[in-house]
Amino acid sequence: MVLKVAVVGSGPAGFYAAEALLGAGRAVEVDLLERLPVPFGLVRYGVAPDHPKLKAVASEFERIAGLPGFAWHGNVEVGRDVGIGELRGLYHAVVLASGCDDEQKLGIPGEGRNGVHGARAFVGWYNGHPDFAGDPYDLSFEEACIVGHGNVAIDICRILAKPLPDLAATDISRAALATLAGRRLRRIHLIGRRGPVQASFTPRELRELESLDGWQVHAPDLPDIAAPELAGLDPAAANRVRKNLETLARWQTPPAANARVISLRFLLAPTRVEGDPAVTALCLERQRLQGDPPRAVGSGVVERIPCQAVFRSIGYRGRPLAGLPWDTRRGVLPNREGRVIGDDGNPLAGLYASGWIKRGANGIIGTNRADSIATVASLLVDIADPPDPVDGRRGLLSLLHARGCRTLGFADWTRIEAQERQRGERLGASACKFLAVDEMLAALEA
Amino acid sequence: MPHVVTGNCEGCRFTDCVESCPVACFHADAQRVYIDPDVCTDCGACIPACPVNACVEDFDLKPEEQHWLGFNAAGARAHPLIRSRQSPLPGAEGRRSDLGF
Repeated sequence: MVLKVAVVGSGPAGFYAAEALLGAGRAVEVDLLERLPVPFGLVRYGVAPDHPKLKAVASEFERIAGLPGFAWHGNVEVGRDVGIGELRGLYHAVVLASGCDDEQKLGIPGEGRNGVHGARAFVGWYNGHPDFAGDPYDLSFEEACIVGHGNVAIDICRILAKPLPDLAATDISRAALATLAGRRLRRIHLIGRRGPVQASFTPRELRELESLDGWQVHAPDLPDIAAPELAGLDPAAANRVRKNLETLARWQTPPAANARVISLRFLLAPTRVEGDPAVTALCLERQRLQGDPPRAVGSGVVERIPCQAVFRSIGYRGRPLAGLPWDTRRGVLPNREGRVIGDDGNPLAGLYASGWIKRGANGIIGTNRADSIATVASLLVDIADPPDPVDGRRGLLSLLHARGCRTLGFADWTRIEAQERQRGERLGASACKFLAVDEMLAALEA
Repeated sequence: MPHVVTGNCEGCRFTDCVESCPVACFHADAQRVYIDPDVCTDCGACIPACPVNACVEDFDLKPEEQHWLGFNAAGARAHPLIRSRQSPLPGAEGRRSDLGF
């Protein structure tokens, strides 16, 4: 009997789950559901526009979309247009791969001031995500702090620092590009609570900072690394840390007086945002590392960095899904090897998780492929032979159409994308994205 | 410039890298895997996936290791694409410990 599976969320985890299911050597039908009228999740809306090589992952998703048994349904929001309970009735299994919609907060006084921005919204804004594309930003500041030492913090730094012509050729939101034209930035502080060993950026992304035209990178207070910090690392992490330390060691030359500077700062925890109503400074407390694994502990020594903007980039978090269990501490769906676990500690039949909502917001695109392969392996063991026929795709579409939902297929996306490319061509850009759901849907009427 | 698979892969061929590759750029013969430089996106997901640190970013290749670039390109052209994990070679675990991992 044909195994029918619904996958919720068409980012990397969703597409790779579909690939693993369709490559299992069994008769499988996969329906991939997407809230927006456009697919690819964080490949479209997270990967920075000046990283086109990474965006090329989309062509692999297009290949997957062409596999027999696959269908993509855009403009369908699970929880609004169709319930998870309904999906469980229509399919043998449901794989939740809807990622992380929320982010960690600093939790300090003044975080609500004008000029304090969250990474999720800012990254969504410059990538043209409909939820954020219309947000107002004033980027005319001269000095900014970015809190967080991961690749997203580095992306934000690069987008803030990069010359406009380099950005103009990409698929960056044209509204964001117009706002970025008003930059007057001279100094960016990239601040981490812990040391360089604990920083999570990858070597290539860190190194890329030194190739930014017109900027000098400086790591003024690189801390001494204690041997036990390195001893606890697995070989892969040790390799990454060693390369990052080599890069940071190169950045010791004090910047020229009139240089525009990206400053990497370690062992500093934000304590307060100054300024009312707009940001005037970020106050920090110097930290030292204690324990194993090393935790940052306050030293009582304080520092104040004058700035007119603070970007918070200290991690994404999942949001609970209505009617499903939730691990509040980790911000994920409680699961064992991808099987969603109910409040009684037992797996919920036919319910699986993959990607960030399964393991938290970490890793890079490829991490989600291995993750989805593992989840699908659990699913295929559990449902070796589907016991009863289910309505699957036909049932889903008739339910959605009865509710007046306008569902899109992958061919519709291809038409939207073709128009985005055409619009981009006229501007000398790889694409000019539609910034609102209405515009995307209207493009299909053309 | 791409990532490459170096000599540590020979005799192991664990292929964990293949599962973590987002774009299917790995090819394989009976001894090892190769990265297709035209497909690799330089994401680096294969580096931590490999149990024996065989996957390396070109930036980290020493002058005497530059030959791995051409070697991978030629190997990828000559051998079939693989998208899923294969059984490691017999003796892979022994070689892993010989390599110090």
